[in-house]
Amino acid sequence: MTDSLLSIRGLCKSYAAPVLRAVDLDLRGGEVLALMGANGAGKSTLARILAGLGPPDSGAMSLGGEPYRPGSKRAAEALGVQIVQQELTVLPTLTVAENLFLDRLPTRWGLVRFGELRRRAREALARVGLEAIDPETPTSRLGVGERQLVEIAGGLTRSCRVLILDEPTAALTSPQVDRLFAEVARLKAEGAAIVYVSHRLEEVRRLADRIGVLRDGRLVATRPASEMDLDEAVRLMVGSNPSRDQVRHGRALGDVVLSVRNLSRGDRVRDVSFDVRGGEVVGISGLVGSGRTELLRAIFGADVAESGGVSVAGASPRRFRSPREAVRAGLGMVPEDRKTEGLLLPRSIRLNATLGRLGPFTGALGFLNQRKERTDVVATAERVQLAYASTEQPVGQLSGGNQQKVLVGRWLERRPRVMLFDEPTRGVDVAAKFALYGVIDELAAGGAGVVVVSSEVEELMLICDRIAVVSAGRLVETFARGEWTEEKLLAAAFRGYAGEGGSVAGSDRFPSTRIQSTDYTD
Amino acid sequence: MGEAKAKRPGFDWRGAGDVLGMLVVLAGLAALFGRFSDHFWSVQTVKTIVNQSADLTALAVGMTLVLVIAGIDLSVGSVMALCGAVLGVAMVDWDLPLPVALLLCLATGGACGLINGFITVHWSIPSFIVTLGMLESARGATYLVTRSETKYVGARVEWLSHPIAGLGASASFLIALAMVVLGHVLLTRTVMGRYMIAIGTNEEAVRLSGVNPNPTKLWTFVISGLCAAAAAVFQVSRVSSADPNAGVGLELGAIAAVVIGGTSLMGGRGSVLRSFLGVLVIAVLQTGLDHVGASEPSKRLISGAVIVLAVVADVHRGRWAGSARKLAGRLRRGTRPSS
Repeated sequence: MTDSLLSIRGLCKSYAAPVLRAVDLDLRGGEVLALMGANGAGKSTLARILAGLGPPDSGAMSLGGEPYRPGSKRAAEALGVQIVQQELTVLPTLTVAENLFLDRLPTRWGLVRFGELRRRAREALARVGLEAIDPETPTSRLGVGERQLVEIAGGLTRSCRVLILDEPTAALTSPQVDRLFAEVARLKAEGAAIVYVSHRLEEVRRLADRIGVLRDGRLVATRPASEMDLDEAVRLMVGSNPSRDQVRHGRALGDVVLSVRNLSRGDRVRDVSFDVRGGEVVGISGLVGSGRTELLRAIFGADVAESGGVSVAGASPRRFRSPREAVRAGLGMVPEDRKTEGLLLPRSIRLNATLGRLGPFTGALGFLNQRKERTDVVATAERVQLAYASTEQPVGQLSGGNQQKVLVGRWLERRPRVMLFDEPTRGVDVAAKFALYGVIDELAAGGAGVVVVSSEVEELMLICDRIAVVSAGRLVETFARGEWTEEKLLAAAFRGYAGEGGSVAGSDRFPSTRIQSTDYTD
Repeated sequence: MGEAKAKRPGFDWRGAGDVLGMLVVLAGLAALFGRFSDHFWSVQTVKTIVNQSADLTALAVGMTLVLVIAGIDLSVGSVMALCGAVLGVAMVDWDLPLPVALLLCLATGGACGLINGFITVHWSIPSFIVTLGMLESARGATYLVTRSETKYVGARVEWLSHPIAGLGASASFLIALAMVVLGHVLLTRTVMGRYMIAIGTNEEAVRLSGVNPNPTKLWTFVISGLCAAAAAVFQVSRVSSADPNAGVGLELGAIAAVVIGGTSLMGGRGSVLRSFLGVLVIAVLQTGLDHVGASEPSKRLISGAVIVLAVVADVHRGRWAGSARKLAGRLRRGTRPSS
């Protein structure tokens, strides 16, 4: 291809597991290429490599005929490759103008020329339809959508040969999206190439000339946008994977142990109802930012629900106001981020494994029987197949999988009636994954109800008896084992976003505080 | 990670090493001052050091616990003055018997701690700010209570600070020592101590494990207030009077002793026992510098440097020990170190 502006050959990247496998891609000037794929397919990783945010393990890139090997984001920017990332990188304490031009503030004799800065910032803001915003406003006063636009404006102020937009519209309102698209069209007319990462197909078809689909790190297809429909895209994203049957199913089901009724909190959890029976493993699937984590936290009382109720083991429904209440009622939760929400990293395995369940080791006057505690921790470690040196070892020294086992072990011994898992195997190696599946099975076989949130649909299909799909905060459909296919699950995950002009109506629905990375960079 | 082994460490060697290290520092300081002053090595010096450090010891016990939960209590100096003032006024102006006055004094300290803790916990305000406010307010209250006069209490409390015959140590010091032991046991052997360490490491993880961290945090501030009240009793008995200007800047002395003892300002790690050794380091330094005739400015210059050096040594000890071990290993194998 002689007319390609950016060309990629054999690009590979691995973190714990391969994320990109031999990707070839050509990008012409004046073209919009959309990249689609399921969570973890490698979209964001590819975008980051293009923008100089991380080197590939192997493979070559060229830009305008020259070899292109950016060592940093700055180097990529200097060559005219700009990225607007999914995670917001604006600094909330600085003004809009300062954020826009942070790395190239206009100066004279070492002093910032604020007049000039304001003039340039106004120009930049006008391009994304933010004329109304004073460049002197602290960024923290802006809404999430506006911040996203400021980020985009920052990318547009630089010379732009290639612009990479990673899920730019997640936080934008419809008029804002229209404005962005107009700006993209202008850049395109000027001859720039645009890489547009999104999982909103409607939007992609409006904007893109071609659509590339990533699956498991491979670019499985690139087609003209006009030839791609939703079914086709979903089929390509999912592929056909034979299901594995190493994990046990068909446990005896008991009575309903968890009953969630009309639970709502903000617009990430909207009127959700479902039941879980003893011995049952129920999966919660959905796109990143669809409200899966928020749902689990609302059930557990980590965030307090605004309405609706939860009843555990036949008790009358209530809204838990703290995790403590939920735990007393018989719930347990392994949170999404074990490092910040689950573990005390510098402290010992013993201390971590018994946090919140010191009762059996507590004697008179609150004295701890630490010998008994140690014996108990050794037993727990065996139960979850923990690889460790000593119970006094800091838990931060363990691998991701073993850290997760410590966390899970803490709950096992408390015999919860219902156990909630949020991304239990994120950043965990395959062996540890199956050990954790074994623990989940053991819990269910013991009569507990289990709820598992996961970004990996395959994982859910492997271990669950039923899978509920959450989309835009609502539980849209529940599938029983045998009813589901990856296509159906993915189609359901998009359903809540359909019929809204391809974009989300309210800027407040953006995952503002709990942005999840879709790639396994752990 | 290798094979899973359930080793059962019976004795905490690392913890013992930390205490031993501080004892070495103390011995080193004593040797140094003994070298430069003829009178330093004497029973009198030991008595002075021991009997003057009771108030700081009491404050350091409370401060250690507050730092372990990743908080800070800047108000202890002022609260101590207020408690002392209440004690003095109760005994002198109201002519109350000693036990009642002592109870009032302790109640005052507990109440100040309760206010600190309540505001910190229930309104989620950083304890730095809350206790900074208390530092001012408690001092103001002290002036109000005493009408800015020093209350001379005299013999009714002095006995506490007099060395007990045949023992050398005063009752104050023995009580402070008992507080150290109690604080140490609380932190290392009880559920509350475990919660303190956990909260100081990662409060959100504690909350999500189903434990409500608030009562533990609240009580920690109350304990710090009670420790300040105990310090007030020791201080009043030592100088025979309740001085409204007592304890100005003493919170910094307490924090210094605690961090010399290796307690982290970031929370989650600390030892009451080592804080006590930190108090002794400061006391030995002060007394020793007096003995060698150091001027007030040079005393302050040197103690400032010691505080920082102690913490530098504590933080980097692990790395230094590691390189020392590596070097020793190389020497033993007879290979030359290469870098």
